[in-house]
Amino acid sequence: MFQDLSEKFARVFKELRGHGKVREAHIHGAMKEVRRALLEADVNYKVVKGFISNVSERALGQKVLDSITPDQQIIKIVHEELVKILGSEPSVFRLSGSPSGVMVCGLQGAGKTSFTAKLAVHLKKKGRSPLLVAADIYRPAAVEQLEVLGREIDTPVFAPGTGLPVAEIVRRAAAEAKKSFRDTIIVDTAGRLHIDGEMMAELSIVKDILRPEESLLVLDSMTGQEAVNVAREFKKEIDFTGVVLTKLDGDTRGGAALSVSSVAQVPIKFVCVGEKTGDLEAFYPDRMAGRILGMGDVLSLVEKAQETLDEKMVKELEGKLLKESFTLEDFLDQLQRLKKMGPVDQILGMLPGLKAKNALPSGVGEKEMKKIEAIIQSMTPLERRSPQLIGGSRKRRIANGSGSSVQDVNRLLNQFQQMKKMMKRFSKVAGKMPVSFPFS
Amino acid sequence: MNRIVRGLGKTKARLIAPLRNIFSSGKLSQDTIEELEDLLFSADLGVEATDRIIEKVREKQGAPHEASVDFLAIVKEELISVIEEVPQYLVPDGSPRVIVVIGVNGVGKTSTIGKLTSRFKAEGKKVLLAACDTFRAAAIEQLELWAQKTKTPVVRQKMGSDPAAVAFDAVYSATARGIDTVIIDTAGRLHTKSNLMEELGKIFRVLKVKMPDASVEGWLVLDANAGQNSIRQAEVFVDALPVTGLVLTKLDSTAKGGAIIPIQKNLRIPVLYVGVGEGEDDLEPFDSHAFVSALLSD
Repeated sequence: MFQDLSEKFARVFKELRGHGKVREAHIHGAMKEVRRALLEADVNYKVVKGFISNVSERALGQKVLDSITPDQQIIKIVHEELVKILGSEPSVFRLSGSPSGVMVCGLQGAGKTSFTAKLAVHLKKKGRSPLLVAADIYRPAAVEQLEVLGREIDTPVFAPGTGLPVAEIVRRAAAEAKKSFRDTIIVDTAGRLHIDGEMMAELSIVKDILRPEESLLVLDSMTGQEAVNVAREFKKEIDFTGVVLTKLDGDTRGGAALSVSSVAQVPIKFVCVGEKTGDLEAFYPDRMAGRILGMGDVLSLVEKAQETLDEKMVKELEGKLLKESFTLEDFLDQLQRLKKMGPVDQILGMLPGLKAKNALPSGVGEKEMKKIEAIIQSMTPLERRSPQLIGGSRKRRIANGSGSSVQDVNRLLNQFQQMKKMMKRFSKVAGKMPVSFPFS
Repeated sequence: MNRIVRGLGKTKARLIAPLRNIFSSGKLSQDTIEELEDLLFSADLGVEATDRIIEKVREKQGAPHEASVDFLAIVKEELISVIEEVPQYLVPDGSPRVIVVIGVNGVGKTSTIGKLTSRFKAEGKKVLLAACDTFRAAAIEQLELWAQKTKTPVVRQKMGSDPAAVAFDAVYSATARGIDTVIIDTAGRLHTKSNLMEELGKIFRVLKVKMPDASVEGWLVLDANAGQNSIRQAEVFVDALPVTGLVLTKLDSTAKGGAIIPIQKNLRIPVLYVGVGEGEDDLEPFDSHAFVSALLSD
């Protein structure tokens, strides 16, 4: 989609070549596209307005107008301004007190309890000893949920049940932490609506008792326009110190991040990227800016790729691509490396301009990949190198060996041929790409 | 007044509050368009739907002899017509009736099931619940608490069991016990996780093959707080599974749930109920007029 935006920009600025200079009209045209991109990403419309007027002002500056590549200049400005709002550098989460309190709050279903467990795992790695406090006495089985998670991550949970008022639970939790030498008290509060006065007041009470070093607003990254109101009300009530974005492993553009940052002006401290207790990551404003613009999370992808591919390999692969000696064996190798990088859908989601669904000839998912692997592994090394040898009887054998059908084998062979063609085209233009993917 | 009003009324009695009237001043100026756009954007309608509606307003703005045009009325009419063009929901033939409740994480599936159960029972149906969220910590207990509250039997296995097996058990047992309605709770899953979507597919497949007399349908739960991603969610779920109805939750907030409009337009699947609170009775049949009025009020 960033490619879309780039293309749209290019179109807007194409006319300028005849005119010699960029006119204000061009910038307005470009800003219209930015506005659309932000609204589609769920950035609050008021935030979009303010943002566009700021960026226009900067873009109208002499430098852009005189530049040879005004479209790229503007994209750069837009990106920079986004990053500025999202927080200029990755924020750190460090607790210094002992004991130190952390308060976790947000709307219903935002992912507070899951995050609480993830945070505990994170803090334990940093050498702290957390005590989790089950302060959601309202939602059915919320206490049990935290208890189960606590057992799973081997962390004590203070859960006196749903009979006590929340204030009393927190008070006793503080005493319990002292008694059992836990230096971090993480209070998992109930989900509540930001417009529910009574429930919001409860948060203030918890805060007064706990005096947390960090109070975190957990926000579903799929939240729409309402994100600003949520942030404003929680800010008013408890003046939270940081934001946690959850469910970022989906395909949401996450514009709510921008809305919240501009309203609350506190850093986003964590993002949750999966359902496992280890799926907690630091927040990188530049990556988020790219995602909101629909640019794909290229940086994370490159980083992941670097973890799993070494440079020599990449060079080798590129050579093979150019010489067209890429074989099924190389393909298998690539598949296995790709798998090491994480779930395929996640990786595809990070690529710019790609929708996971149509990225591959037949929408290769996790399961498809396993099948492909099985088929290739059922071939002899010779067959892998020279697939043209594979005739009818070899196909039957391969199908039998891999638990698939002859049609599956045929499809794979066809896809492989197509892929080779695609890659040939791709490798011609992608000299600058840091890594080459068989699937790009 | 029905309960959607009460739920919304928790905030500022939005429905009773007059619609914004700034638009009814006659000419469709650039300012008016912008204000109209803001209103629709703020309700999470999204760019495409907003553009389309503004276009409609432009078309219909009337002949010059008309002194004043109520643009908001045009918008309202347009929104209602989008909703009403969706084919009506028909209770499928087959017994027992099996409703598989699906959606992404945290939209309120289990609470919706609790409320649905209460409503169905009030209508005289015999209900059985199936705890097929065998993944999330304490999800089974959460459903069991709802079952206790509504005095409804629940079929469960232990954490980590195959959801399709639990679903089969439940429907089988419903047949044996003469129960007419089975509601299946599933684990929340992001629509982008193909393996988890496949797991849902298996529930439907198994029931279709093993319990051919049952009618099995998916009800997709959407969160009114969510923005444009709802559209994508609905597309993927509807594409992968036999979804026959939508439930829009958390409408007791100030969120308007306008993403429903493009979903109705594109997918033509009816919204059946709206969730308006945490109580057992806080689920109301969807009323397009009330919904649109709330959407267009301040």
